[in-house]
Amino acid sequence: MLCQECGKEEATVYISKIINGQKSELHLCKRCAREREELDFTFQPQFSLHNLFGTLLNESMRGSREALRAAKLQCPDCGLTFAQFSQIGRLGCSNCYGAFQEKLIPLLRRIHGSTRHGGKVPRRSQSSVRLKRELERLKEEMQQRVRSEEFEEAARLRDQIRKLEQELHGGGV
Amino acid sequence: MAQSKFTLSRWMEGNGPELGTVISSRVRVARNIEGLPFPYLASAEQNRTVLEKVIAAAGQEAFRDFTWKTMEELQPLEKQVLVEKHLISPFLAREADHGAVLLRRDEAISVMVNEEDHLRIQAIMPGLQLEEAWMEADRYDDLLEAGINYAFDEHCGYLTACPTNFGTGLRASVMLHLPALIMTKQINRILSALSQVGLTARGLYGEGTDIIGNLVQVSNQITLGQSEEEILRNLGSITRQIIEHEQNARQALLNENRAQIADRAWRALGLLKYAQMMNSQEAMQLISDVRLGFDLGLIKGVNHKILNELLVIIRPATLQYLAGKELSGVERDLERPKQIRKRLNQFKESA
Ligand SMILES: [Zn+2]
Ligand SMILES: [Zn+2]
Repeated sequence: MLCQECGKEEATVYISKIINGQKSELHLCKRCAREREELDFTFQPQFSLHNLFGTLLNESMRGSREALRAAKLQCPDCGLTFAQFSQIGRLGCSNCYGAFQEKLIPLLRRIHGSTRHGGKVPRRSQSSVRLKRELERLKEEMQQRVRSEEFEEAARLRDQIRKLEQELHGGGV
Repeated sequence: MAQSKFTLSRWMEGNGPELGTVISSRVRVARNIEGLPFPYLASAEQNRTVLEKVIAAAGQEAFRDFTWKTMEELQPLEKQVLVEKHLISPFLAREADHGAVLLRRDEAISVMVNEEDHLRIQAIMPGLQLEEAWMEADRYDDLLEAGINYAFDEHCGYLTACPTNFGTGLRASVMLHLPALIMTKQINRILSALSQVGLTARGLYGEGTDIIGNLVQVSNQITLGQSEEEILRNLGSITRQIIEHEQNARQALLNENRAQIADRAWRALGLLKYAQMMNSQEAMQLISDVRLGFDLGLIKGVNHKILNELLVIIRPATLQYLAGKELSGVERDLERPKQIRKRLNQFKESA
């Protein structure tokens, strides 16, 4: 068989990849196979996502009916099931996150060490996200003040929090 | 197929900070459009809608320096040239449905459509310029957002097809040339320490245990939790530490083996100029040897621009593109030295 890349030399290397659940096969000559790998510096994660999913699923599988239920979770928008997601390693749409939330959160913690976005916010959601972040910060500060018995300052913060909460829920932002 | 003109991308131009060790800095953000399934699951019709939406959003004055190229209209070789110049991903070139790229004239910015995510906005700059690359990517992200409703969750940030990109959707990387650390075998110790600070390193291993061309790419692993600035600061400061180690190792080599390093660089330049057959792995090694000699001030007759250009033109698709015809492996090994020679001789004239 001839190399599928250059079509000129004998294919001696067989590459099989699974992309998006679809298997693709490629027969290449030694040279083309090597060149294909060279300098292809793409941003692939180093660790295998599939292994990670596998481990996580196995962990939750341990003797559980709950795991079977989880596998059947399905995104109402795109129809992807959690079982399919675990195999493919890709979500189907932006609503999958909501549908698989309970299972995704431990996964995100495992990958990123965090489950809370701390970066850029689209302009459209900026005002409300900024308010919410500010609220969180104020609440934390209030707790600290309470712990250190600075009640006057805590009360001032409480009023500020109330005001922001009204702003957030009263629309206008 | 006619012989074609090869344009230099901004990152190859050979001006930027820390060019002696950092070839390029790259930043990309992943974005998706609310209400449409991710490309691999979407219908052809939906992918077409995505492309139309992005084309409409990019219809502003700010994009007048950009051109659209759809994967459908490009020849396989032309697509692969874009991959070899690091402007699009192999995935976009080979697998995307209704894939397209919006490319700025200087080839520093590329917006990929219907890759793994609806949008991948990339900025690639010469030398160590992570902040600059981020500023560019951030700017075009804002401009596109004016016409697109991005999928975003306040807890998980930008929603992407793969959970490894959740949050900022930001992947930043530097391409480092680390011959002295590799020669003195200090590299593995340094690279293995990277995972503890949330970074990953990738080198290309040849048939032996050597890293081909002494090139190592370092990028962030974590996208959720930290801000873009924190991610870039972390990568930037670790990169500066690696640069320092590399410079120290180079200085030590220079002190102890000056003649050998110079000899190696001159021999490499000789081979690049006079060899008649050369595979890409050998070419990568020789380019690295010359680069080290040049950066240590031991050799003349080249500059960073030419060395960067050589890194791209020796690759299979670009080589065939330049030759204007398809070539077998052996034919490529014959063509490679010709193209290298042409570049090196051009330098002589212009210097
Ligand atoms: Zn071949
Ligand atoms: Zn979905």
